[in-house]
Parts: sequence; structure tokens; C-alpha cells
Amino acid sequence: MTWFLVRSAGWASLALVLTLALVTTVAVARFAPAVPVLGPADWAALRFTVGQAVLSAGLSVALAIPLARALARRRFPGRAVLVALMGAPFILPAIVAVFGLLAVWGRAGIVSQGLDILGLPPVSIYGPVGVVLAHVFFNLPLATRIILQGWLSIPQEQFRLAAMLSMTRRDVARHLERPMLRAVVPGAALVIFLLCLSSFAVALALGGGPRATTIELAIYQAVRFEFDLPKAAALAVIQVMLCLGAATLTLSVARPVDTAPGLDRVVERWDAQGGRASDATLITVAAVFLTLPLAMVVWRGVFGLFDMPPTIWRALATSLLIALPAAGLAVAMAGALAALILRMGARVPGVARGVEAAAILALAVSPFVMGTGLFLILNPWTDPFAAAIPVTVAVNAVLAMPFGLRVLLPALRDAEATQGRLGRSLGLSGWRLFRVAIWPRIRRAVGFSMGLAAALSMGDLGVITLFAPPGVETLPLAMYRLMGSYRTAGADGAALVLVAAAFALLWLFDRGGRVDDPL
Amino acid sequence: MTIRFEGVRLRQGNFTLDADLEIAAGATAVIGPSGAGKSTVLAALAGFLPPERGRILWQGRDITAIAPGARPVTTVFQDHNLFPHLTVAQNLGLGLRPDLRLNAAEQARVAQALDQVGLPGEDGKRPAALSGGQQSRAALARALLRDQPILVLDEPFAALGPAQRIAMIALVDRIVVAVGKTVVMVTHQPEDALALGGAAILVAEGRAAPPVPVDELLYDPPPVLREYLGDWRRGR
Repeated sequence: MTWFLVRSAGWASLALVLTLALVTTVAVARFAPAVPVLGPADWAALRFTVGQAVLSAGLSVALAIPLARALARRRFPGRAVLVALMGAPFILPAIVAVFGLLAVWGRAGIVSQGLDILGLPPVSIYGPVGVVLAHVFFNLPLATRIILQGWLSIPQEQFRLAAMLSMTRRDVARHLERPMLRAVVPGAALVIFLLCLSSFAVALALGGGPRATTIELAIYQAVRFEFDLPKAAALAVIQVMLCLGAATLTLSVARPVDTAPGLDRVVERWDAQGGRASDATLITVAAVFLTLPLAMVVWRGVFGLFDMPPTIWRALATSLLIALPAAGLAVAMAGALAALILRMGARVPGVARGVEAAAILALAVSPFVMGTGLFLILNPWTDPFAAAIPVTVAVNAVLAMPFGLRVLLPALRDAEATQGRLGRSLGLSGWRLFRVAIWPRIRRAVGFSMGLAAALSMGDLGVITLFAPPGVETLPLAMYRLMGSYRTAGADGAALVLVAAAFALLWLFDRGGRVDDPL
Repeated sequence: MTIRFEGVRLRQGNFTLDADLEIAAGATAVIGPSGAGKSTVLAALAGFLPPERGRILWQGRDITAIAPGARPVTTVFQDHNLFPHLTVAQNLGLGLRPDLRLNAAEQARVAQALDQVGLPGEDGKRPAALSGGQQSRAALARALLRDQPILVLDEPFAALGPAQRIAMIALVDRIVVAVGKTVVMVTHQPEDALALGGAAILVAEGRAAPPVPVDELLYDPPPVLREYLGDWRRGR
């Protein structure tokens, strides 16, 4: 009976994901002309999308390798804090990050002010440079954490072996480090490439124009300003094919990134006597590059809090109204899918793997394609703008679901393998089995994935830009509009409220999963 | 040919271990409850853990500050002794030249070492293609090539079955102890310590005791060791 419910919920989740991912794509594709009518601007958008993603992924990984090596072999005060901070950009709202980067690198930012004192012209990060800079800001920490994990996964014995065999730094690189990097780096680069392919908020705020428009941005412009649906459809199809290709490649090479083991260990090495100064410089520069924009957001936000228009609080309420149901839906779907995958895995492994791949591939379908598709599907029936909030909840939930699945699936598998078997052997089943044996073991993962989904949804500046009816705005949208209207003091405050709200959601849910945690 | 721990204190976080003892040539087993610090003693001897205070001497020479690779010690660990991406022959070759530029004579020595541990002709395989026992033999073969006077065995046979363990210990006895080298081996199994013979060091309650003859320690264990071993002789 319970199994029937779980199975139904799992299939229903998959159906919802596939509907939102595939049916919307088909709905969009039906509008696409048989012969693409892409103009030179659209081809430029395709070239820029791929080019900046390659560059962003390449730079992030190239910088992450020496940074991860430095972090792996040095112990210094604040190391744990720095490594923890590197997890932050993942849930940092894109628009806040852009705002912080502008405070440092913009025409009125710290760097330009410094140059001005020296009599030099200011720097500008609008255009391709800014898009890549922002993507490196987001993804350097991600790449560093993945590669640091790789370094720490080299068994301690092998470093001792290297010391015993008097290996030089070159021998260590050859026998220990390069094999690890060969296994870890392609996956990291592809994940970042994929994330940068569907970048919208960064391109919206820093890009635009013929030189720096991503396909996602072009879709948005085609729908919102030109109302050219065939063109949007053609672009959407290209975007889906691009992302599916990259996602398939990623799934085929990426090793699952295990987030569980601590990153606070340091590898013991006997070949790293030199290089202390270069490691210190690298860590310092990276720490400043990554934390200064955040510090600027907080610093300016504190003063800006008093200049915020009151609409910000309504926008916060709207955002919560979207983020909380979206998180609940995302985790419910991820949980049902995880249960389905586990149960199927025992009976028909092939189908289970297919379900898992389909769920993860949802990452590849862009929110704008989903948004545009829903727009087209809803249009004959109802006013799509009136459905802005439910549509955003659904799209955000589908977008956050794969991350939730990545957290919940291993947790549930572990709970099933340990306490689930024990519980069953004691005659527990159904709801009692879940409550006594499974739930205590997975509640941390559930809390964490709820927090993750809520924070991601809170900071999302995506599909809502397409649908937002007059008078309805989310916090990221309100902040973006304040930035556009040069009410910077208001944007200062909004940025702080937004980042505080996103991190508070993550913290509260994560904490909720740990309270009275007996494990 | 003796190893001396002179007023040595080892620290790992809040855990401390004191050692003031002398290890003679031949075989010495290191025995004690789990977590008592048996591997810590070996790590200090091999140079992986610098003592907080005290000195370690080999034949009267202070080796406390010498790098692991320059010590008269070779270690075989419980796991990860072999690099998975290298062949068995390459893994052995590392013991001669870490850059693996082996000449014909060195390659012949590798083949000979494989013969000695009973792995003839397995040189082209990767470690994953070997069984647990074969992996231990390959690690031991590299230790032979390193040809250091002290061989440190940090439970390298723990994953093997009883018969294989006894066979490996006999092999160590034949090719290492019999040629006058010193073997220091951590073990959980009293049978293994007896098979190795020689002396035994009890590590317990924050202290590594000076070695005593192994049968003396095992057949008349002090209370802390008796609690750990239980009545291990029953059924023998």
C-alpha cells in the first residue's frame, strides 16, 4: 500500500518534471519555423553563449587547480572559514553577486576609484569581460571545492609512500596528483560549462547588446520586447540541444561529487617545503577576490537599509510566497523520485538509472524555455500573467529538484541499507518503518535540501522577469529594477535583505534538520 | 643494530604516547588495544610523525630529524601500498627510482623481487587485477628492492585470511629476518605475533612498553592486554 503511494508519487513527480521540461519544449518547438529564421544577432548570441561558457569554465578550473593545491597542503588560521565561504556563491543570488562585483570592479567601484587617484581611467565590466568575471566569481569556488575534494581523496598512505620513496615534487605530481586531476577536472569543467550555458541573470545585468547576449537573454528579449515567438522558439530549441548535449557529456564523465566528507583536513606532504610564499599569495588574492564583493554588499547594504522603498518588503513577501512552496515541492519530488529510483533499482536497474538520468537532465532545460512553453500552453486558456506565481513556483521547483535529488538519494540509500533492513528484520513496515527507521536518518538531508531549494528559489531572477504582471515583483526583480533606475541606495539595502533572506532560509531549514539530532 | 626511542613523546591532537625503549635486530611485534597508538609508534619510526620531544636513534645515530625517504626504514601499510594507475612492475620500480627510468639491470632486479615473493610473471598487471594477498606480496617485493635495514609492517596482512597471513609471515621471516634485518610489525592477531616470534612491545594506556619475549607477553598478559585479547587460547 505504502509502496503503491511512493511509486505513484515518484511517477507523478517524474511526469511533472518531464511535462515542464519536455512538453514545454515541444510547445515552443511547434512555434518554431521549419527553416530557422535566425539573424546575425542570433548567431552572435550562440557564439557568445558557447564562447563565454568555455572561457568561464577554463579560467575557473585553471585557477582552481593551484588554489585547491595550496588549500590542500597548507594549514593556516581562517582556513576552515575560507573553505566554508567557498560554498556560499552556489546559493548567492546572481543579482547580488553582480551588484557586489560592480561595487568592486564597476565604473564607480573600488578599483576604478583607486585608478582615478593614480590618474588612470576607470575600468568597466559591462560586456563580455564582466560576464566572464562574474561566472568565474561564481564557479571558481565550486571548482576549487571539487578539486580540493580530489586532493583530499588521495589516500594519506600514498603521500607517506611518496615521502618514503624520496619522491620529488615532480614525481608526486606525476604519480599522485595528475591521475587525480585527470579523473576530477573534466567533470568539474563540464559542470561549470553547463551552468554558464544557461546563464541569464548575469548576462541580463552585465551583458546585452551585440557583443554579450546569451541565448537565454535573446529568448527573453524575443518574448518580452519583440513578442517574436517563432524566433524565441527557434532559440529555445537551440538552447535545449546545446544543454542536453553538454549535460549528456557531463553525466558520462563526471564522477558523483560526494559532499559528505569534511574539507577541513590537510594532506601531509614532505615535498612541499618550498612554494610557501606563492601559496600564501594565491590564497590571499583568491580570498580577497571572493570576499570583497560580499563585504561590499554588506557594508553598503547596512547604510542602504534606511533608503529602501517600502515596496521591498512586499517583494520579500512575494519571494517567500514563491520560495517556500517551491522548496516544499522540490523536496517532495526529489524524495519521491529517490524512493522510486531505490525501489526500482532492486527490480529493474535499467529503468531506475533512466529515471535518475531523466531527473538530472532536467537541469539542462532552461527556465526560459520552460517559461516560454508554459506561456504558450496557458495563453489560449487563461491570462498567463495572472498565473505568474504558480508558474514560477513550478519552474523553480523543477530547477531545484536535481540538487535535492543529489542530496536525498545517497541519504535514503544509506538509510535503507542500514536502518531500513534492520527495521524490516524487526517486522516494521510502511509508515512505522519510515517514521522509526528511515526518517531519523534522512532528516538532515531533507532539511539541507529544503534550505538549498528555498535559497536557490529566493535568489532566482529568471522566469519571473518574463511573466511578472504589473505590481507583482519578487525581491531579485525589485532589486534589478532599482539598479536599472539608478536608485542605488535602495538597491544597496535590497541586496542585503535578499542575501540575508537566502542564507537565513538555508540556515533555518538546515538547522531544523539537525535539532535534537541523535546521530 | 638497535633502534632506541629515548624519552619520546608523540602527540596527535589530545592523544599522547610515551616511548622509552630499545628494539633489537630480528622480529618485534607491536600489540595493544585498538586506538592505543600502535601505528603512531611506527609512524614516528618511519618519520611521518615528528616527536613532540625526545630522540630516535639507529645504531647510536640520531635520526629524529631525518626525512622519511632518507631513513633506514621501509614501511608497508595496510592499504594503498600500490598506485592504481601503474603496473606491478612500475610500482616496484618506484622503490629503485621514483622517476621510473630503470635500466636493464634494475629491471632484472624487479623481476627477481617478484620471483622472491611468489609473483613471477605478474609484472604487467595493474594492482586492481591482483587479489589482496598478491597486493601484499607486491608491496613486500618493493620493500625488498628498497633494501633498508628496518622493515616496518603496519598491519599489511589484516585483510587476509588466517592461512594467507601465516604464509606471508613465513615469507617475511625467510626473506627479511633471516638475512639479519629488523622487522617491526603491528598486529591484532596474537597468532601472528607468535608466528613472527622474537619480541613484543605492548602499547596501551598512553605508553609503549619496552619489548619482552612475545610468548611471555601473550601467555601471561598484563590485565589491560588480557581484557583486549580475551581468552584467545581457548579452542587451540
